[in-house]
This record gives sequence, structure tokens and C-alpha cells, in this order.
Amino acid sequence: MTREDFREIVRLVRPGSRVLDVGCGEGDLLELLAREKGVDGRGLEISPEGVSACMARGLAVAQGDADDDLDYFPARAFDYAVLSQTLPQVRQPRHVLAELLRIAEHAIVSLPNFGHWRVRFDLLAGGRMPVTHALPTPWWATGNIHLCTVRDFTELCDDLALRIEACAALANGKPARPMDPKHPLENWRAESALFLLSREGGGGAPVGGGEKTDLFG
Amino acid sequence: MSDGETAGDILEAGAEGAVLASPAPLRLESGAVIDGLEIAYCTYGRLNAERSNAVLVCHPLTLDQHASGRHPKTGKAGWWSQVAGPGRPLDTDRYFVICANVLSGCGGTTGPGSIDPATGEPYGMKFPVVTVADMVRAQALLLDALGIERLFAVVGGSMGGMQVLQWAADYPERMFSAVCIGAAPRHSAQNIAFHEVGRQAIMADPYWRGGDYARQGVRPEKGLAVARMAAHITYLSEAALQRKFGRELQRDGLSWGFDADFQVESYLRHQGAAFVDRFDANSYLYITRALDYFDLAAAHGGSLAEAFRRARDVRFGVFSFSSDWLYPTPESRQIVRALNAAGARASFVEIETDKGHDAFFLDEPVLHAALAGFLASAAQARGLA
Repeated sequence: MTREDFREIVRLVRPGSRVLDVGCGEGDLLELLAREKGVDGRGLEISPEGVSACMARGLAVAQGDADDDLDYFPARAFDYAVLSQTLPQVRQPRHVLAELLRIAEHAIVSLPNFGHWRVRFDLLAGGRMPVTHALPTPWWATGNIHLCTVRDFTELCDDLALRIEACAALANGKPARPMDPKHPLENWRAESALFLLSREGGGGAPVGGGEKTDLFG
Repeated sequence: MSDGETAGDILEAGAEGAVLASPAPLRLESGAVIDGLEIAYCTYGRLNAERSNAVLVCHPLTLDQHASGRHPKTGKAGWWSQVAGPGRPLDTDRYFVICANVLSGCGGTTGPGSIDPATGEPYGMKFPVVTVADMVRAQALLLDALGIERLFAVVGGSMGGMQVLQWAADYPERMFSAVCIGAAPRHSAQNIAFHEVGRQAIMADPYWRGGDYARQGVRPEKGLAVARMAAHITYLSEAALQRKFGRELQRDGLSWGFDADFQVESYLRHQGAAFVDRFDANSYLYITRALDYFDLAAAHGGSLAEAFRRARDVRFGVFSFSSDWLYPTPESRQIVRALNAAGARASFVEIETDKGHDAFFLDEPVLHAALAGFLASAAQARGLA
């Protein structure tokens, strides 16, 4: 089964580009990107099981974590740095986000939205930490230590002078829906969100080979 | 090498091995020159018509060129048969594997036990001190003689891994991929300290005779055995020693003396005794010295990334073991970070094992699967069907 954000990421990435997948797990996305877009892919993964599985599949993956290892890559080594559902698990999300856009022209970041109505409802009415499709693990087992809402994330992007080139809402089993991440309603509606980022004034090359509005179409 | 048939014969030395007499002298990092250099090597598998499937295996400190197949003298399986052989990760049905005895070794390559052409006597301590870079230069001379311009891979663990790194620094254009297992970019103070214990044990043996023992018809076996015992502890993890021996006794009850009461003592004594049968004390001094001098970053203005600057097109597979305290994981991580900084394509995994440094010889299915995957994808990229 392909995760819904993977499908969107594959659609987004320019063929033949250089991609770093941070937190690449067992390499499903990297393999998909190599097969469908012919990318030159690398991965960074914290679990030895994940890395071993990747290497056994012939993927170029190094064991390491986003907090400590991005610093060692040279600037603009990649066209895209992908952080798929991993940002809430890093120790320093702000630093990691800044590093992604130092080492790559574009960052593709997907994350669960803690502002989703069901999350708010669980907390408000149930008085419990929410367990939803986007946040399936109970509080005592989750690796998420820095959860945020779409609004929080867009504010961090502003703060870091990152440009949101495109954004889409993701929901279980449904096609991605383009959204304006700054619209207050979207912070209620989106279960997960996927962002395409570049540096403000960084002059990033156009991606996707087409109109930006079509990226998530 | 103009005659094709001769080239073929010399090339495929087989598991029996062959000795190449280098036509060129070897100029060492120290400035010394070795004339009449001989390099003993074995090969496994067949070189393809394009000469593109050659893999150089670099052996660790106390081993030799008999990496696979059967050792012609002992009849035992090669030291890396788990990894290199038909159907193994380093598949000798696909690759032409070359393993050469290291410079200053005692397996047939020129070393302190060889005859100095200037005197007609064994070199002993007159043998020049060599470095890992010199070892690699000697291997490159061998490949020149064999007519192999570019290797598909250079592969090695421990000291062999250091040679792999040296290869990447010195001859990146001659290699397509590199596998470095359980190694380090330089010898640490602790590494040097353990080697110094070993060397002092050898030199304190009255039969060492200032390194002139061969001419005097004696051998510093006690000293070499103690050196091996100390080193062997560093190859195993505390957990592995505990699991294997614990506080188990050799016999019922204590001897109230200094016999080998504990099984671990007996084991170490056995390791020491077996080692002196197959290794030369002076070679041990020279090779450990070469390792202590190894510091790849220092040779490149203090920057490890600089050492790999020309190797950005080489595909690297770096492996470490969680319980290796001789060359622990942070050493490998340093290598990987430098490779990333240099823009090279580096894969890296720390294998979970309690077997310590020696895990790289042993049955480690996770290592073997990752290694096979790494090599298969590199082979595909290289166009080796």
C-alpha cells in the first residue's frame, strides 16, 4: 500500500533530480521515486533495521538522524529534501527545517495537523490525547515530541523566511486537495498537510515541469 | 603482459596463490625504497572480458591472502569464506576477487622476514617502516602488473577497511565502489596503546634478539603470544566473553596457583599459542606501526572530507558493529559524515551484534544481506549483468 503523501511526493518531484529522503524507513518512497521518476536518491534513517532493509534493496541510505547529520551535507547538494511525517519526531524542528533548505533547493514536508477538528474535539470533549488516522499511536507510545498545527508550521516558515510554493491537505484514502495553508478554515479541515518549500528569494528552479497550481491536482 | 595467455595464467592465481615479482621498485612514504618487491596474492572467480568485475579484498592485521577457497597448507576454509565465495555476498561466480598479502606481512609478500637483496640476509629491523599508504601503493603495483586499470570494488574490514579508505584518497579513479567494515579514519590513543603493549611484549622476549631472531635460529614465541592475547581481547566484546566463558573453571575447584584456572585464560593461551605458528613477530611490529601511523585527515590538512574530495563518484558502503570497542561506531560515522561533506554517495549501517570487532568474520546475516544489496546495486550501475 502506498501512503497518500508518497503519491503526492512522487508527482511533485522532477524526473532525474537528486533527492534526500530524511527518515526514509525501509526505503518505500525512495524505491518509488527511483522507479517512477528516475531520481538519484539518498536516504537518512535512524533505525538499523530500516537502513539494513534499504541497503538490501540496493538503496543508498546512511544511518543517522535529522537533528545531527544534516549539518554534514554541503549546501545545495540536493534538488529536494523530503521529510515525510518525521518533523514532529525530531528534537529541533526549527533547525532541521532550516538545514533542509540549506542542503536542498526545495523541501517537501508532510506532517499531521494537530489543529484538525477531530483532534480538537478529542481534547475538548474527551479530555484525552487524540488518537486519529493521522496520529494513530497513543500518547505513551508515540515518537512525536513536537506536534504542531498547520498554522504553527506556516508561522515557522515565515519566521525562517521560507516560501510555501504549494500546499495540499491529505486525508486517508482520498486524493490530495490543494489548499491555502493560511486560510483559518483549513487548519480545522486538514488531517495532514504536505508543503513544498523553498528559500525566500532563493531563486529555486521551477519544479514539477508545469504550473504550480497543478502540482497537487 | 603482451602475451594474452601468460597474462591469463598469472592473472588467475587461484586459491593456491602466486607471487608477483614487481618490475618496479616501491618508493615508500618515508623516502626509503624497496627493490625486488614481491607480492603474494590469490584470486577467486574469473576476470571478465572487459576486465570490469575485479574486486580487491584488503585483509586485516593478522590474516593473509587466503580470503576464500581452501588454504593450500592448512586445508582450512579461507578467513572470509562467509562473505567471499560462490553464492556469497561477494559472489565469486560474478566477481573476480583478488586478495594480496599486505606489504611487511609474512604470507609471501616482502616484509621484515624477507631476504634483503643488499645483504643476502633477512631484513629484520633493517626493513623500512611502512604505512597504510605504502601497502595500498604495493596493491596498485600488483593491479598494474595484472592489467587491471579500474576495480569494481575495494573491500575490507578492520585494517583492510583503512586500506579501502586510503584507496579512496589515493586512487579514486581506479575504483567504482568501496566497502569499509569496522574501521576508523585514524588510530586512536587507545588503539596505539594496545599495540604498544603487544610490541613491548615481543621486544621483551629474550628470543627477539633485536629483531635478528631469524638469523640466530630462534623465535620470540612467548612475546608474540602475549601480544596476540592482549589484542584478541580487543576483538571481542565484554558481553561475548561473558557469554562464552563467564567465570567457568577449567577443572573442579581453584588450583590456588597460576595455572589457567578460568576457561577464559585457557582460551587466550590457546589463541596465543596458535598464533605464533602462523605469524611472524617482526611482521607484527611493522604492521601495527603502520596502523598507528594511520591518520587520513592529518595527511589532508586535517580535513577528512578533503581526503575524499576526489572520491565523490565512488559508491561507499560503510558498516560498523554496535559492540565493537576497537573501532567503535562513532569512527565510522565520522567517515560517513566526511563522505557526505565531500559529496560522495555513502551508505552506512551499524549492525546490532554483541560479537564485537570480530563480527565481520562471523555469520552476521544482516551484514551479509546489506552487503549483497549494496554490491548488487553497484554492479547494476556498473553494467555488470
